[in-house]
Amino acid sequence: MDRDGAPTPDQALLGTVLRLGDNALILGQRLAEAMTHGPELEEELANANFALDYVGQARMFYAYAAELEGGGRDEDYYAFRRDGHEFRNLLLVEQPNGHFGDLTARQFLFEQFYLLQLEALARCADERLAAIAARAEKEIRYHLRHASQWVVRLGDGTEESHRRMQASLDDLWRFTGEPFAADDVDAAFAAHFGGPDLPALREPWRERVAAVLAEATLTMPADEWMDGGGRQGRHSEHLGYLLAEMQFLQRAYLDARW
Amino acid sequence: MSAAQSQPARDAALAGRVREILAGVPDPEIPVVSVVDLGIVRGAHEEGGRLVVDVTPTYSGCPATEVIEADIAAALRRAGWKEVEVRRQLAPPWTTDWISEAGRERLRAFGIAPPPGSRSLRGPALPVACPHCNSTDTTRLSEFGSTPCKSAWRCEACREPFDHFKCI
Repeated sequence: MDRDGAPTPDQALLGTVLRLGDNALILGQRLAEAMTHGPELEEELANANFALDYVGQARMFYAYAAELEGGGRDEDYYAFRRDGHEFRNLLLVEQPNGHFGDLTARQFLFEQFYLLQLEALARCADERLAAIAARAEKEIRYHLRHASQWVVRLGDGTEESHRRMQASLDDLWRFTGEPFAADDVDAAFAAHFGGPDLPALREPWRERVAAVLAEATLTMPADEWMDGGGRQGRHSEHLGYLLAEMQFLQRAYLDARW
Repeated sequence: MSAAQSQPARDAALAGRVREILAGVPDPEIPVVSVVDLGIVRGAHEEGGRLVVDVTPTYSGCPATEVIEADIAAALRRAGWKEVEVRRQLAPPWTTDWISEAGRERLRAFGIAPPPGSRSLRGPALPVACPHCNSTDTTRLSEFGSTPCKSAWRCEACREPFDHFKCI
């Protein structure tokens, strides 16, 4: 912290990189959990591909965080040795998979945000982070096309699929305020590195989401009470179960190697 | 290499030699194309007797990334370099536009429709020609295929299914 308590540039950069890594890892793990539960073979493959991309992105972010921190931690430490309160991911990505409509809604709402975030990060002043973001942006653009198509297919599908897709959106909507609620880390990162102005991404996000929902004949839920706290380490109960499974081996057999 | 050569000429000769050797290193998942065909070998230079090769990974989640790097290092060690370092170069990000013409031809002959151009990721999709009969009357069955880099298609003319290398 500097004198007025705001994060230093180094802290803002590390904090931002870890939050990005945590979003990618936790969503990657959720998608990995969904394997063998896909509605059809093509979706199985798609899902496995998404999970791989996210875990790959998480590794790039964590490897960079480890270098920034310079304290001998590595990718595996960030993934397997931290407790829930040390994770800084959005609440949205840790929400359980539910049924295919829930998973699709989560993917769609998050990736609409993540793509905007990556587009901005690809122009930030930190070269390494900009390079990772430019790499990831292409992948997320491809994912999002897939998620959007499913929102339209299910929304504008049968009466049953429409009803369930709408319910999935309604359920998850309370997690769509958190991505745009900037805290002191985001403010410092924006000030020192030209990072994204998160609150300003809200409007483009709404426009992009609204366009797909209109095509899907779905109704955009009203902005009522919004949940938050994940990026400060306050999580829903779901994260603990996810970590218990993901971290089991490394917790039970410390320093286990393949 | 003669001492009379200038540094840039020596660098170019070295990079050329490295590319020649790496043209014999196949992609582990699509072995008909080499790592040079894929366009992921970005450059090579020597740093105090050590050979440094810059490689740009394809997809973040590509499980073959580490295998590719190990294969590249092994091929160069076999060619006589004692110390080889494969460096990951993230920027600019890899695009399928970097796949060579020869690589595209080899993909097609193998039954994989090569990527038409990365601009189809942002704009309207470009037509994908069937690698078997060359018809562009084709339908995408799934955005995703047997590896992270491919999508699954069907030709409406010859009715054959085929893989298409995704454009990114």
